[in-house]
Amino acid sequence: MASVQYREIDGRSGGFYVLVATLGIFIAAGLGAAWTMEHQGHHITGMSNRIVWGTPHVFAVFLIVAASGALNVASIASVFGRELYKPLARLSGLLAVTLLAGGLAVLVLDLGRPERLIVAMTHYNFKSIFAWNIFLYTGFFAVVALYLWTMFERRMNRHTKPAGLVAFVWRLVLTTGTGSIFGFLVAREPYASALLAPLFIIMSFSFGLAIFVLVLMAACRWTGRALGDVVLKRLRTLLGVFVAAVLYFVAIHHLTNLYIARQHDVERFFLWEGGVYTALFWLGQVLVGGVVPLALLFGTSSRRALAAAGVCVILGGLAQLYVLIIGGQAYPQLMFPEKEVASSFFDGVVAAYAPSLPEVALGVGGVALALVLTMLGLKLLPFLPHSLADAAAAKA
Amino acid sequence: MNPERRHLLGWGAAAAMGAALAPGLRLIELAQARSPEEAASALQRWGLLIDITKCGECDACVTACHEENGVVSNGRPATDAQWIRKVSLRDKRTGYAQTLPLMCQHCEHPPCVDVCPTGASFKRDDGIVLVDKHTCIGCRYCVMACPYGARSFIHEAVSGQKADVPRGKGTVESCTLCVHRVDRGETPACVEACNKDGGKAMAFGDLNDRDSAIHKRLRTEPSSQIRADLALNTGVRYQGL
Repeated sequence: MASVQYREIDGRSGGFYVLVATLGIFIAAGLGAAWTMEHQGHHITGMSNRIVWGTPHVFAVFLIVAASGALNVASIASVFGRELYKPLARLSGLLAVTLLAGGLAVLVLDLGRPERLIVAMTHYNFKSIFAWNIFLYTGFFAVVALYLWTMFERRMNRHTKPAGLVAFVWRLVLTTGTGSIFGFLVAREPYASALLAPLFIIMSFSFGLAIFVLVLMAACRWTGRALGDVVLKRLRTLLGVFVAAVLYFVAIHHLTNLYIARQHDVERFFLWEGGVYTALFWLGQVLVGGVVPLALLFGTSSRRALAAAGVCVILGGLAQLYVLIIGGQAYPQLMFPEKEVASSFFDGVVAAYAPSLPEVALGVGGVALALVLTMLGLKLLPFLPHSLADAAAAKA
Repeated sequence: MNPERRHLLGWGAAAAMGAALAPGLRLIELAQARSPEEAASALQRWGLLIDITKCGECDACVTACHEENGVVSNGRPATDAQWIRKVSLRDKRTGYAQTLPLMCQHCEHPPCVDVCPTGASFKRDDGIVLVDKHTCIGCRYCVMACPYGARSFIHEAVSGQKADVPRGKGTVESCTLCVHRVDRGETPACVEACNKDGGKAMAFGDLNDRDSAIHKRLRTEPSSQIRADLALNTGVRYQGL
């Protein structure tokens, strides 16, 4: 461990500034979208009284889930003592913080009254999972910051393991909380399942690692740092296992529903006749987010294939959350079994929704914010090892 | 003591007793009534009983509610607020058709109150479920949690608000059971309209009061709750469903 040399990235190249400026434009667009939504009201978005959580929530939940998953590489190093992962632990912690910041920014800016954030910080209903999450999210920043400090400060190195353990447990609870936002919703048939908490945890492993791998590969490539095959091979296998585990949990969720007569209509909607949601489920979530990455990860060994698999996992993950969050609301709530239902409030029909430009801009702005914060972190502090060549990895 | 005298004494004692107790009884009566300054009390549980066999193809309740509470349409049905709506039902097998008004069911265990992070969604002691417009941050988690689709998010600026019914863009709202009228001892606007212009299908009253008409009917006639399986103990009950 002591032999690993960390170094800030230069961050003075034209490419660095072009990338920061480009991401800055996306952040500005996101802020502009939030400002417009706040002033005009949410009627300018695709959201309605039937789809109250739209595209911003897909991005926000994706980033928040990925944030806790990005910390896994550090956990494997400190909690499970795998030396090979230790040089990657700092970047893992950095991504955990920046992705969470991006996700929370989107979530807060989409509120009907974002200026009342202070109310959310001063009035608590402790039966609300949202209220728990306010503590879990802010606490996560503090815990990971402390964890990073034990990694950066040589005198604190001996505390890295307990700090890592706290962060690991915290992230498991945090993702349980995020999954339970939906899992505890008894009134909606597509949710209301304890399975959503562990599903979200395994999704976080997968999405977070995919982002970690892509950021690591890009950072090493663009700063001319060596990145050995040994490290990448481990990450490749790990990502493959996580992708397969997500598919397993998704399969169990649907199989359980298929067995329960009351849930048959829900399954018919998502798996068969749900239009865009069915297409996104099979083509986006299962094919692009599951089958293709598995083939790329286990069928080939090229770096390009690994990067492509990472991109596929991210796209599939967004599709999965779109199906879950928006499809779950579009499916009509069951109030009158065995009846056809109609009303002026769109009861009994699949609610219409199409993502609007402000929503997409806000969501993408959150991603851009997370990436810019990561770049600034890499420039300001030595998060990245000088070399991750196989020889260096072996020494570590 | 002769019987007559005894009788007289008996009456006298009874009269004295009555005179002593009457103010006390009057006090109990006064204690049960509520002044506008007084907080809502759990002694009451306000609720509705809706006989849908009497509910026809009219929307007097909807019109009256939205008029009373200043809820106006912006011509955008997907985002316009609706505090009460008429729902048409048709049996999938037999085609038997019914219609009913649906609004906040004022649950004893409201999921919207459970999930609200700031406590803006709350239940008064007398069972009326409300949103505090000052602490609602517009997260819409309550809309996700409500089994009845009873809540509306305010998607654009509101105008023409009524003094008794504050509303605001970016917050969530729903039927208040016309709490401002109830606190004045009146009935909700929907009930009044239904009994005046509609099918006389709706009744309002105190579900806790054994002497109220609504309690008597619930005691002696069949009734049901929508999504009774969720065990939320709704304050709005239906007949003929």
